[in-house]
Amino acid sequence: MATATKKKTTTRKKVSYSREQHIEWYTLMLRIRKFEEMALRMYGQQKVRGFCHVYIGQEAIAAGMESAIRKDDAIVTAYRQHGTAIGRGVPSDKAMAELFGKATGIVKGKGGSMHFFDNTNKYFGGNGIVGAQIPIGTGIAFAEQYRGTDNLCVTMFGDGAARQGALHESFNMAMTWKLPVLYICENNGYAMGTSVKRTSNIIDLAKLGASYEMPSESVDGMDPAAVHEAVTRAATHIRAGKGPYYLEIKTYRYKGHSVSDPAKYRTKEEVQQYKDRDPVKIAEMKLLKDKILSEDELKVIKAEVKAEIDQAVQFAEASPYPDPSELYTDNYLQEDYPFIRD
Amino acid sequence: MPRELALRDALNEAMSEEMRRDESVFIMGEEVAEYNGAYKVTKGMLDEFGPKRVIDTPIAELGFAGIGVGAAMNGLRPIVEFMTWNFAVLAFDQIVNNAAKTLSQSAGQFSCPIVFRGPSGAAGQLAQQHSQTFESWMANVPGLKVISCIDPADSKGLLKSAIRDNDPICMMESEIMYGHKGLVPDGEYLVPIGKAATRKEGTDVTIVSFNKQVLTCLDAVPELEKEGINAEIIDLRTIRPLDHHAIVASVKKTNRLVVVDESWPFAGVSAEIAYEIQKYAFDHLDAPVTRVNSADTSLPYAPTLVDEYMPNVEKIVRACKEVLYMKA
Ligand SMILES: Cc1ncc(C[n+]2csc(CCOP(=O)(O)OP(=O)(O)O)c2C)c(N)n1
Ligand SMILES: [Mg+2]
Repeated sequence: MATATKKKTTTRKKVSYSREQHIEWYTLMLRIRKFEEMALRMYGQQKVRGFCHVYIGQEAIAAGMESAIRKDDAIVTAYRQHGTAIGRGVPSDKAMAELFGKATGIVKGKGGSMHFFDNTNKYFGGNGIVGAQIPIGTGIAFAEQYRGTDNLCVTMFGDGAARQGALHESFNMAMTWKLPVLYICENNGYAMGTSVKRTSNIIDLAKLGASYEMPSESVDGMDPAAVHEAVTRAATHIRAGKGPYYLEIKTYRYKGHSVSDPAKYRTKEEVQQYKDRDPVKIAEMKLLKDKILSEDELKVIKAEVKAEIDQAVQFAEASPYPDPSELYTDNYLQEDYPFIRD
Repeated sequence: MPRELALRDALNEAMSEEMRRDESVFIMGEEVAEYNGAYKVTKGMLDEFGPKRVIDTPIAELGFAGIGVGAAMNGLRPIVEFMTWNFAVLAFDQIVNNAAKTLSQSAGQFSCPIVFRGPSGAAGQLAQQHSQTFESWMANVPGLKVISCIDPADSKGLLKSAIRDNDPICMMESEIMYGHKGLVPDGEYLVPIGKAATRKEGTDVTIVSFNKQVLTCLDAVPELEKEGINAEIIDLRTIRPLDHHAIVASVKKTNRLVVVDESWPFAGVSAEIAYEIQKYAFDHLDAPVTRVNSADTSLPYAPTLVDEYMPNVEKIVRACKEVLYMKA
C-alpha cells in the first residue's frame, strides 16, 4: 500500500494469473489494436472524418484496468477513447458505425471518434475539452458516495490535461470529501507536440497527488498485469471508504496526436524503444512461451478478431446516416421544445 | 506589388511586423513556438524572436489568459493565442471578468491592451464541443472589441490595429480558412477596427455577414443572379463596435436585409443587427429583416447533420427570395 504522502514506484511481486486472464488481456488488446488500425484505414478512405485520436500503444491500460474493476464502476475519459470504450463493452460494430457517422453508432452518429457514451456500461464518455472530465469524474464518484454504493469512478486524463487547474480543484475536493474516485493519468509523454518536461518543473506526474496527501503511484503502462495490480490496490483502498487514489500510468502513443499530426517532435529511436515493449506483441509471445495457447489456438483468436473487425466495417458501411431531422433530437428532453427555426 | 498570401501567413506577418516594431509585444499559447502553431499561424516566429517572446504554454487556458491580463496591466502587449475559441471558454473568467473590466474597475488607472485570438466557428465534422461560434458571446461584453475576418489583407491590417489598440480585443479567425488566399498589399498599412467592407455592390437586397460565411454569400451570387437578384454583400469585419452606419446606408439603397451569421440565432449577432436596422432604417425597409444562422442546436458529427445545421447557398437564396417576396 502506498503511503499517503510519498509517491511510490511499484515494485512488483511475482503474481501469477490464470490462463483465462492472460487470454482475456491479450484478446482485448488485440481487438482494440485491430479496431484502430482499421479506423485509420477507413480514415484514409475518408469514411471516418473529423478528429481521430488513436490509442495504439496504450492498450495495456484498458486491459489491466478493466480486469481490476467491476461492471458497476463508472469510467469517464478524454477523446482518445476508442480503447477505453471497447474495454468497457462498447461493441466494435457500434463503435465503427459511430466513426462513420452512422445512425447505428453508439451515439447515433452524433459524436464521432471523440464522443462515445454508453450508459448500459456506465461509460460516461469521451470528452473533447482537455481536463474537463476530471471534475466530472469526481462528480460521478460523488453521486456513488451520495447513494451509498461502493462503486468507484475511474477518471482518466492525459499528461497534458494534468496541467489544467481543474485537476487541483478536483483533487482537493475529492480528498476533503473522501470521494470514491480513481484518477488515472495516462502519461504518454506528450500533449500534442509538447513533451511533459516542457510543461512543468514537475515531470514526475505521480507527485501531483502529494500536496493533497492523495495516495499515488507510478505504474508501468506497457504491462497489463502491472496496471491490474495497481488498480486492484487502488480499488480496495477506495471501496474501503478511504477516499481517492491516483495512478500515473506511464505509456506511449505510437502514432501522432491525431491523424493530422506527423509527430516530428519525437525521434524514431524513442518510438522504437516503446514499440520494443509492445504490449500486444509481448502478450502474444508470453501466451506461446508459457504454453498457455498453441500456435493454432492463437490463430483462432486472431481470426475471430479479424472477423469481428471486418464485420464492424460491413455493419458501418451498410448503415444509414442519421436523418437530417435528428439534428433537433437530443437537445432537450422536453419534447415540444420551441426551437428557433426561422 | 500585392502578393498572394494565405490567411495564416497574413496573420503571421501582422504579428511579426508588430513584434519588430514594439518590444513589448509577445505571443503565448499552446504549441505556438516549437510546433510553429497548431495551424501554423506562428510559423518561424520562435526562430526570429526567440523563446522570450514566443512562448509555449501548458494546456492551462485560464492560467495563461490571466497571465496575459496581468502582463497587459503592467505595461506589456500580449497576444494570447487559443488553439480554438472553444477552449477559450475556460478562460472566460479572465477575458470577461478581468480584461473587459480592468479599465472600469480601476477608474482608468489600469488598462488592458491585449489581443486574444484564435479560430471560431464550425470546421466540418468536429462535433459538439469543437464547432462553436463565439462572436456573439464576446460581443455581448462591454469593454471588449471583437474582430472576425478571414480576408487575408484585411485580417492583417486589423490584427496590426488590434495589437496597437489600447483596449482588449478578441480576434476570431477560422481553422478551415487559414489556407484561404488573397492579395495582400506590400508595405505598412492598418485596417481600422469598427468599419465594415462592401464585398459586392448590388441594388436588390443587402446581405450582411462575417468570417467565412462571407464566402458562402459570395458563392450564392451566381444562384441569386439566376433568379434576377442583384445582392449587395457586406463583410462586417468587426462585430463590436458594429458598423451599423454601413448597414443602414446599404439598406437605404436596397430596402431589404438578410443577415448570414454562423452563430446561434438566440441573441446572436443577427439579432443585434435586426434590432439596429428596425430602429434606424425602419422607414426604408420593404420587408422584415430575415437571417440565416446555424441551427438552434448543438452540432453533431454526422455529415447529414452538419449539412442541416450550417448556413449554405440554398438557405441564403431562400432568405433573399423571402425578403423580395418571391416564390420559394
Ligand atoms: C481545453 C482544451 N485546450 C486545448 C485543446 C486542444 N487539445 C486537444 S488534445 C490536446 C493535448 C492533450 O494531451 P494529453 O492530455 O497529454 O492527452 P493525449 O492526447 O496525449 O492523450 C490539446 C492541446 C482541447 N481539446 N481542450
Ligand atoms: Mg499525453
